[in-house]
Amino acid sequence: MTEMTYSDALNLAIKEEMRRDDKVFLMGESIRGGIYGVTGGLSQEFDDRVIDTPLSEAGFMGAAVGAAAVGMRPIVTSLASFAYVAMDQLISQAAKMRYMFGGQVSLPIVYRWGMIYGNNVAAHHADRPYPLFMGIPGLKIAIPASTADARGLLKTAIRDNDPVMFFEDNNLAGWRGEVPDDDVCVPFGQASVIREGTDVTVVSIAGSVRPTITVAEEMEADGVSVEVIDPRTIVPLDTKTILDSVEKTGRLVIVDPAHQSCSVASEISSIVAQEGFWSLQAPIQRVTSLDVHFPFSPALEHLVYPNEDKIADAINSALE
Amino acid sequence: MPEGKELYMLQLRRMMLIRRFDETVQTMVQSAELVGMAHVYIGEEAVAVGACTALRDDDYITGNHRSHGHPISKGGDVRRAMAELLGKATGYCKGKGGSMHLADFDIGILGESGIVASALPVAVGAALGSKMQNNDRVVVSFFGDGASNQGACHEAMNLASIWKLPVIFLCENNQYAVTTSFKDTVAVENVSDRAVAYNMPGILVDGQDVMAMYEATVQAVQRARAGQGPTLLEARTYRFEDHSEGLNRILREPYRTEEEVARWKERDPIKLHSAWLIEQEVATQEEIEAVRIDVRQAIEDALEFARQSPYPDPEDLFTDLYADPLPAR
Repeated sequence: MTEMTYSDALNLAIKEEMRRDDKVFLMGESIRGGIYGVTGGLSQEFDDRVIDTPLSEAGFMGAAVGAAAVGMRPIVTSLASFAYVAMDQLISQAAKMRYMFGGQVSLPIVYRWGMIYGNNVAAHHADRPYPLFMGIPGLKIAIPASTADARGLLKTAIRDNDPVMFFEDNNLAGWRGEVPDDDVCVPFGQASVIREGTDVTVVSIAGSVRPTITVAEEMEADGVSVEVIDPRTIVPLDTKTILDSVEKTGRLVIVDPAHQSCSVASEISSIVAQEGFWSLQAPIQRVTSLDVHFPFSPALEHLVYPNEDKIADAINSALE
Repeated sequence: MPEGKELYMLQLRRMMLIRRFDETVQTMVQSAELVGMAHVYIGEEAVAVGACTALRDDDYITGNHRSHGHPISKGGDVRRAMAELLGKATGYCKGKGGSMHLADFDIGILGESGIVASALPVAVGAALGSKMQNNDRVVVSFFGDGASNQGACHEAMNLASIWKLPVIFLCENNQYAVTTSFKDTVAVENVSDRAVAYNMPGILVDGQDVMAMYEATVQAVQRARAGQGPTLLEARTYRFEDHSEGLNRILREPYRTEEEVARWKERDPIKLHSAWLIEQEVATQEEIEAVRIDVRQAIEDALEFARQSPYPDPEDLFTDLYADPLPAR
């Protein structure tokens, strides 16, 4: 095992996969320098396989589709908020092309989306649109919340033959963790049970995982046994691990940094309400961002996001 | 690559195939045998046929909603195309694409996009892939005058130019975006004038003249294969029929005059090419008629094949969604 940051783990995954397969290349805005803190320096080894693009999201995110259609394996790097600029290319082309053309083509593309929040960047840079993409068939969606998963899931995403939306929580960028030394890919569709517990299940996503673990540890001291599950990929979603856990604990809290309406939390709630209803001993609790835009002011912004207090309150509600 | 008489007769045959295919489509829409939307290419055949006969089989094309002419021009199979229009399992896309989304990746037809200009960035990406894999293939991206006003068009052309990619942007200017004249929506006189902004050649071509289209494309292909970058070709052409079949039942006022339509129909690309073949003593009237009869038979066969073909099974609903399918729930 080697200790490194979340960002360095992502860098390592890209480097390893680019060495393994010369069809893999990177595209994005100012990525040779490495504006998002992950890709800087890769151009020294891979040179023309690390491409700085103009500020043309529709152009280069769509070009990734064409390049993949003729045999390349592009990794596109951007911010989650900029996905909206290229939505037609992402949905009408990347997501639909294979099905619409009867399986004639495979599109091995990774779209890496950085999610910034809690840093006073206001409404245009703070989005986390992963639930929106859950409603688009044809895409896979991974959201690593640990350093090891950052590397392992990204390697899987690069080797996968379908378009993968890969959401990276920038608040985790400097988080240090252990990464295995061998060539470990984390499979899609397998949730991680981070902590076992018996009283309540907390499913947590992305940057919400760390505060969830903190709360779980504190509650352990008070005699409450909290099971913490990170789905890691939301398409495919490992519903079995979640349903099995709810069967054991009878109580469910879901923590999701996306806006509440039609969030991953809402989707998991609905699945458990339908398929695990008779296991439930209390109403399902959702802790999400509130349904409002992210305001700039430090006095307002922090009110929007899930935090330790909100998570603890929701767990207590579920235990009532 | 065919040349001489072989080339000229191939061009005639493909234009006639498209014409007959689309005339058949019109009948099928009227009899309600064909469901959904259908955009016929009648009148514009010389554009795609001239361009695609200048390409190798392993070159790529992308297209748009007016999608029957491009694949047939590239050598696509009219049987599989017709089966696709009828939603059959033997169709190009196993019945999942329909009229607006024909594709044949085996011969470089990277698919027709129903969203105008949406395939331009895809074409640029295919050209980037060609360049990175050093395989000498070029891409022709067909789009209309309407699509030329989309932001994706601008982004695609700029990308192709700065990276010197082997793309030919082929604007099929049929002069109307549904019912709106390009003169009211394009700020310059010709779409090809916009090439200046992307530092690439912009060439206006007579889109009714298959040889003119062929020659202009040959030049652009040479430039692309030599690593000199993209070209914008504007084919000035005309849609003899409505934007889509059945639209005349909805429209409340005319958007073009009967005189204008009649004037353009005089410049029917098949008639012009046939006259040229005879005038140049390349072919006799009898030879031309023989192609026409052969094409009629080919389309009848295609229709019969499509009609006899099975529909997809309900269990095929989810197949082809993913290359590496999701685990069953």
